[in-house]
Amino acid sequence: MKRLIDQDRPGLTLFVDGQALAAKQGDTVLTAILTGGLGHLRQSEFGDGARAGFCLMGACQDCWIVVEGRGTQRACTTLAEPDMQVRRR
Amino acid sequence: MKVAVVGAGPAGVRAVERLVRAGLRPMWFEEGPASGGRIYQRPPTGFSRDHRALYGFEARRARALHDVADRLRFACDWRPETLVWNIRRTEPVLDTLTRGTDRRSETFDAVLLCTGAMDRVIPVPGWTLPGVTTMGGAQVALKTQGVAIGSRVAFVGTGPLLWLVAFQYAKAGAEVAAVVDTTPFATKLRPGLLWNLATFLKGLYYVGWLRARGVPVFEGAMPRAIEGDGAVRALRIEGHTIACDAVAMGWGLKPEAQLADLAGLPFRFDAVQHNWVPGQDAAGRTARPGVYLAGDGGGIAGAEVAELAGARAALALLADHGVFVDPLETSVLDRQLWRQAQFRGALEAAFPFPAHLAAEMEDATILCRCESITAGALRAAAAPEMNRGKAFTRIGMGRCQGRVCGPAAAEVLAASLGCAVQDVGRLRGQAPVKPIPVALA
Repeated sequence: MKRLIDQDRPGLTLFVDGQALAAKQGDTVLTAILTGGLGHLRQSEFGDGARAGFCLMGACQDCWIVVEGRGTQRACTTLAEPDMQVRRR
Repeated sequence: MKVAVVGAGPAGVRAVERLVRAGLRPMWFEEGPASGGRIYQRPPTGFSRDHRALYGFEARRARALHDVADRLRFACDWRPETLVWNIRRTEPVLDTLTRGTDRRSETFDAVLLCTGAMDRVIPVPGWTLPGVTTMGGAQVALKTQGVAIGSRVAFVGTGPLLWLVAFQYAKAGAEVAAVVDTTPFATKLRPGLLWNLATFLKGLYYVGWLRARGVPVFEGAMPRAIEGDGAVRALRIEGHTIACDAVAMGWGLKPEAQLADLAGLPFRFDAVQHNWVPGQDAAGRTARPGVYLAGDGGGIAGAEVAELAGARAALALLADHGVFVDPLETSVLDRQLWRQAQFRGALEAAFPFPAHLAAEMEDATILCRCESITAGALRAAAAPEMNRGKAFTRIGMGRCQGRVCGPAAAEVLAASLGCAVQDVGRLRGQAPVKPIPVALA
């Protein structure tokens, strides 16, 4: 995933699997993680590899991550927030 | 009278507009934070592109819809970030969940379902790799986040959205590796497309623009696999390998009709759309009194029609509940809807769903991405219809409830049984329509 246009927004830092990740206000967690070069959002529970979302509109549930204090969330419909703690599954 | 409207896309907005004009204060549920639907989805706060940059030719339409919706919020019981996760079959009650924590049940005298659509996809080997998204997803990423799904993106599928999204990516400065349309050029020559000349001309413009800039275009092409190990490396089609690091795929849209299903509405197989759609009359009335449909959730017809249908269904709802409705307004809407239906029929014929591509899927291809079930497993189960196939294999039992794999799975099963696709039925919906915490169900 690549930042293309409309990216002149203030930055924020969230934490993914304990590591600091620079993102921008208005990014979804999916955008933050995938433009941040982390490559994927979770591993398939059935051993067929990494996943990184598919429909990007809240329908397919392929982008589940865990947000501390909130439990399982869709990365595509959850906005990144400063100091948010995200775990990939 | 207690009226609920589910969805704040083009259909929902125009429906609420008519209801408010008649003096009602409807409950208005929207799963996202704002109105606009997928087509006119707005970026979060902090983005700066204007309507022209976001919505192109549709900027005026988007602006008008947003303006109306923003005014209507104050005239309604507006419930954003609210998932309607059930509509009870035997009583007029909706079960809702707001911001993932606030659970309520609401009674209604009438409900208008404007639940929209999502992409219809055909699994190909490698489609679960990071970097592969739906066509609509690729568009949403650009529109609401200003990002491209990759540095070099291939687009595969068919339908107007294929060309539109590829155009939007190229225009925004993304590298378009190729546009792969499974429909041959000759199939797209339909005189019926002239029923909506503006839309037809826009389509020609997108195609011409892409070709003029040397974007590789393949028509009548067959995708074979998305290659890569942990990330996309190439899209392989019959006769060519296209180097890319992301792929957007989609073969038209399918209704998000789960609530209509839970409401107990009868469905029919629409041969033109090649989709199961909930039954309704031309005004959006259904077999269940008090339940109305409008927009793509009741059958794919696009945003322009959704606005008309939303207004028309609201007028039907009002008339059925003893409110005076101007017959001139209904007849104007009916005429516009009829005209659009002629165009739609031609459009579906111009971009047919390549059912054979799904039916001929290799045994090893993952069909159900939630549960990682292969096409071969479904064939081996030899189920007589889709719901039995689900019970035998877990296809469609995962967290998306068969939204993604359902249409392709039906093709695989039908071909393996040697029957027509409508004869294997469709996956039945179950509440909740999307996963919610058990403690709140």
